Amino acid sequence: MSEYNEKSEGTGVIGWVDARLPILSFIKNHLTHYYTPKNFNFWYFFGSLAFLILFLQIFTGIFLAMHYKPDAKLAFDSVEFIMRDVNLGWLIRYMHSTGASAFFIVVYLHMFRALMYGSFKKPRELIWLFGVFIYVALMAEAFMGYLLPWGQMSYWGAQVIINLFTTIPFVGPEIGIWIRGDFAISDPTLTRFYALHIVAVPMVILLLVILHLSALHTVGSNNPDGVEIKKNKDENGVPLDGIPFHPYYTVKDFVGIGVFLFLFAITVFYVPEMGGYFLEHANFIPANPLVTPDHIAPVWYFTPFYSILRAIPDPAYGALAMALSIVVLFFLPWIDSNPIKSIRYRSTLFKINLFVFVTGFLILGYLGVKSPTPLYNALALRFSEMYFIFFAFLYFYSYARASTYTFIYSGILIFLIAIYDILRINSDNYIMVLTGLALVCLFVLFMTLAPLYSNLNVEKEVPDRITG
Amino acid sequence: MNKKNIIIFATLIAISNLSFAAAKKSGLMNEYKAINNINNKASLQRGAKYFVNYCSGCHSLKYMRMSTLAKDLDIEEKIFSKNLIFSSKKIGETMTIAMKEADAEKWFGAAPPDLSLIARSKGANYVFAKLNTYYEDDESLTGYNNLAYPNTSMPNILANLQGGQKLILDSHNKPVKFNKVSIGSYSEKEYLQLTNDITNFLVYVAEPAKLKRYSMGFWVLMFIFLFTVIAYYTKKEFWKDVH
Repeated sequence: MSEYNEKSEGTGVIGWVDARLPILSFIKNHLTHYYTPKNFNFWYFFGSLAFLILFLQIFTGIFLAMHYKPDAKLAFDSVEFIMRDVNLGWLIRYMHSTGASAFFIVVYLHMFRALMYGSFKKPRELIWLFGVFIYVALMAEAFMGYLLPWGQMSYWGAQVIINLFTTIPFVGPEIGIWIRGDFAISDPTLTRFYALHIVAVPMVILLLVILHLSALHTVGSNNPDGVEIKKNKDENGVPLDGIPFHPYYTVKDFVGIGVFLFLFAITVFYVPEMGGYFLEHANFIPANPLVTPDHIAPVWYFTPFYSILRAIPDPAYGALAMALSIVVLFFLPWIDSNPIKSIRYRSTLFKINLFVFVTGFLILGYLGVKSPTPLYNALALRFSEMYFIFFAFLYFYSYARASTYTFIYSGILIFLIAIYDILRINSDNYIMVLTGLALVCLFVLFMTLAPLYSNLNVEKEVPDRITG
Repeated sequence: MNKKNIIIFATLIAISNLSFAAAKKSGLMNEYKAINNINNKASLQRGAKYFVNYCSGCHSLKYMRMSTLAKDLDIEEKIFSKNLIFSSKKIGETMTIAMKEADAEKWFGAAPPDLSLIARSKGANYVFAKLNTYYEDDESLTGYNNLAYPNTSMPNILANLQGGQKLILDSHNKPVKFNKVSIGSYSEKEYLQLTNDITNFLVYVAEPAKLKRYSMGFWVLMFIFLFTVIAYYTKKEFWKDVH
């Protein structure tokens, strides 16, 4: 921190302000002299896009709050009032509802980028940690926002999620009442969700974004090669493979913003419901506590986790599995300690692992919007197992493992998967259970034993400088 | 195809469409596909006329402001007030009804729902099918049952226009087709036209903004496209010296 010094005070208004508030040095440190790797690719657009959407949501949210009425008797009507009688109200609302989905699309791609290029690894653990906190806060924000239109899906979706908390042993029911402010979802629930949605959670998200970016700017960006550009500097201390964020990446991000806004506008103006995935059809029916909809599906961005929840019939264990599936993300930097960051130089097995994980996550998402059938339930269980196995493999591939270790690790994994199947198998379901178990076990055996018997786990040498 | 009068056709699909939500009811339901074109003002105007004449006695459109309706459908306010408002209502009001919900429940068993959003919550095809699949059923209180909404308590208001029909089931008790048993004042084609106009009107009512967003969207997209092109070439220029 520079102290005030009368002699060094610059001239003019800017000089006067800068002596009192470090605007110029801030711009210098974070834009014009903040060096970023020159090889960012397509996947590096999503950070700036998430930032854009955050402000889009705040901006449209402010205008919605001017007309929305947080009252169980008025909420639904006020949303329709916005859609019909407020000037361009429909546009603001569609931007907000599309923005919510766009936020999750962008954040999922942003997280996938981190997985591909190892952006969560040392020294960027805190960036990842703050990022996961933002993701969790975003889920809370989206969930509470979804109650506000007070439609059937708002009501029954909230019912399902709040019931998750009531499965907590001993204190669950009390916590349910505490969250709802009533014995059932009603006006107090709506008003508190409104307060949290428009004030509390956005402030938390903004704070976390500041921390996320501060941590990023302290250590600098990763890149598709996973090479630290700060290791190779010229005589002035400028990274050889770095270019100033401004103007290079500001102009580049504008292109990304343009393409994003084009797709965003197509959705807002032509398919705001996105076939019932962004705005669910049943949510155009006012909330009715007496009528349960035939099929309750959460909005698409929650469905992978919803599938994990439903994969286990016992609600308490299902909720536990779902909570674990999010908690495990926080530990990612310590689960994967392989020194190679980028997928470009990692083994084929790592690539298979990541591919299976992402595919499985998408399938879980698909299963979450469907009504459960025995086959779907079996698939949801197996892909939930794959979700967790991904992390087990990441840990396994962190180092070269001895053969004894490999066999024990492989055995433990198979034991953990099989134990649940042994507990539930009976004469009715044995074909489905054994088929699923066999497939998962084969996959585990292949992924763990392949390093011993093939060259699939061979990694490439990481170059000193970035390529291309 | 004559665009001014939407030609109605009920496509016969032999293999039932699995993704269709109502497929569990019957394949016959899939034959009712409404043709929506909310830019067809003539159809919307006819739909509005039919709605206030046949439906608005019991069904409200409580979110539909009549002045907006008049403007969007190119009907002069005076003409609208004279022809489409039967009560003492002002044109700036919404299309609520006088019938009280408690009374309606007593009379019909269930209160007739507000239809402002029916085309969004249940879909246009549902509305279209509901208006077309009434069939004679002696076990029903009103003498009519409905394929789209089984055991509906709504009487068959349009019976004398459509004429009576009976539902034919196959050996597995699945609906196969309807057989006309009495002639209505409308021909089959005219009746399909009428119900499609009402459906089209309700699609408009469910989201009046639809009229605006399609045309506005074009200009917004053009603007963003130009912006992106300029941004792209600016980026290219700036990045010339990066190797």
